[in-house]
Amino acid sequence: MKQYLLSVYHVDGEPTPSPEEMQTIFRDVDALNSELQSAGAWVFAGGLHPESTASVLRVKDGAVLITDGPFPEGKEHIGGFWIIQADDLDAALIWAAKATRACAGPVEVRPFQEEPGA
Amino acid sequence: MGPVSDSEIEDVFREEYGRAVAVLVRSFGDIDIAEEAVQDAFTVAVQRWPDTGPPPSPAGWIITTARRRAIDRLRSDTAREDRHARAALLQAEGEPIEEGPVRDDRLRLIFTCCHPALAINVQVALTLRLLGGLSTPEIARAFIVPEATMAQRLVRAKNKIRDARIPYRVPDPVELPARLRPVLAVIYLIFNEGYVSSTGQHLARGDLCAEALRLGRLLAELMPDEPEVLGLLALMLLIDSRRHARTTNSGDLVLLADQDRALWDRALIAEGQSIVRGCLRRNQPGPYQIQAAINAVHSDAPTAAATDWRQILQLYDQLLAFTPTQVVELNRAVALAEVRGASDALAVVETLDLRDYYLFHAVRAELLSRVSRNEDARRGFDAALALTINPAERTFMERARNALPE
Repeated sequence: MKQYLLSVYHVDGEPTPSPEEMQTIFRDVDALNSELQSAGAWVFAGGLHPESTASVLRVKDGAVLITDGPFPEGKEHIGGFWIIQADDLDAALIWAAKATRACAGPVEVRPFQEEPGA
Repeated sequence: MGPVSDSEIEDVFREEYGRAVAVLVRSFGDIDIAEEAVQDAFTVAVQRWPDTGPPPSPAGWIITTARRRAIDRLRSDTAREDRHARAALLQAEGEPIEEGPVRDDRLRLIFTCCHPALAINVQVALTLRLLGGLSTPEIARAFIVPEATMAQRLVRAKNKIRDARIPYRVPDPVELPARLRPVLAVIYLIFNEGYVSSTGQHLARGDLCAEALRLGRLLAELMPDEPEVLGLLALMLLIDSRRHARTTNSGDLVLLADQDRALWDRALIAEGQSIVRGCLRRNQPGPYQIQAAINAVHSDAPTAAATDWRQILQLYDQLLAFTPTQVVELNRAVALAEVRGASDALAVVETLDLRDYYLFHAVRAELLSRVSRNEDARRGFDAALALTINPAERTFMERARNALPE
């Protein structure tokens, strides 16, 4: 089985969902998670706090530097993600289609590299 | 059998490349390995066939030789602990050796090349490369893209197919209608690119048309029960039947109404019309079939004046129900002008928002001239010219503008 990362993107400046819409999203995402689990496609999933809570670390001149805020300073931020396993991209795309409906935002699908020696 | 010439081997290459690559992709699960092996096999063919003559089944020989070459190459790679090579080899060795090529393999490959997770220009390039056997420089030239750009596009696409694991299979019946749409769009885009080249000096880049027709025939052979597949083939055949009438010897464009109908290719028309009749009997209409039917009505008319515009208008109404776009509205207006007059058609055209489309301005200008609004017509042709690159079409519109009474 191949693993895919399904990232949910938030775009700055787009209207935030109303509390009622949020309730619907939570319910739909929960339902999708159960479906993924019973289909054996679930690996991991989670939602993230806003990008304002992020810290970025990098090595500069041999020392680790910490900066406050997201990387990069872009307009789009990952709001949450799933890691799923699927036979091929078509199967992953079917899950991603459900994911983008459930979380009401764009979803990017990316294949994981194979584990070394697998 | 006697010795063969290079051009005969070239013909075998054109005919059999896609089939061989498709079989090898199934065997090895990897496009690069398949392509490399098939190219190797043709290299051997070029060396041997001129002396020995072609084998009884050139396609079978190419596939067998390619498979053997690929396995040899992979064995030496596996010795170097290449995991990917090992996997490919395992897949190939685990598979029963088949004598003849399985025709479904090419169908699988078409759906891989035209996968919706690939951009349309990538789908087109992959289809021409893998199924058409066109070289990267040929595809780059056809689409006026630098060779390096096209090479990069193909490499990236093949990597995505491998790494994201885009499957190599015919979609199941539930997915099929949605997945067939990009396949048909790719073939028609290749055809149109050949037919109305927006950048080339010559109006028709015949190679692309021929390639699209070959792919269209292949698809019709592989999916004989898909009405839209047949519709697309009929549409291309009927449009292509007018190729020689469409330009003068000096390369100028000739409108349908002014074409010398004796120059139309009767064999292509007969083939296209017979497919259209089959589609009508099937009665599962779709956009390609309706467009083919419209072209079939034109082909029926011995003279432009004898064209059954009422039937064409009805077909456009039907097409509009399937594809309610402004471009279809515009084409329908041309038929409407013949049935109900230019001012009715003009009234429709004036409601359309197609200011960036040169044919909108050209059609509008033509209708304006018919209602003697010559000054407006002149401005319309100017607007059309400002949006047209194709030299033959430019010349045509310049003439139409200059022919307007002062």
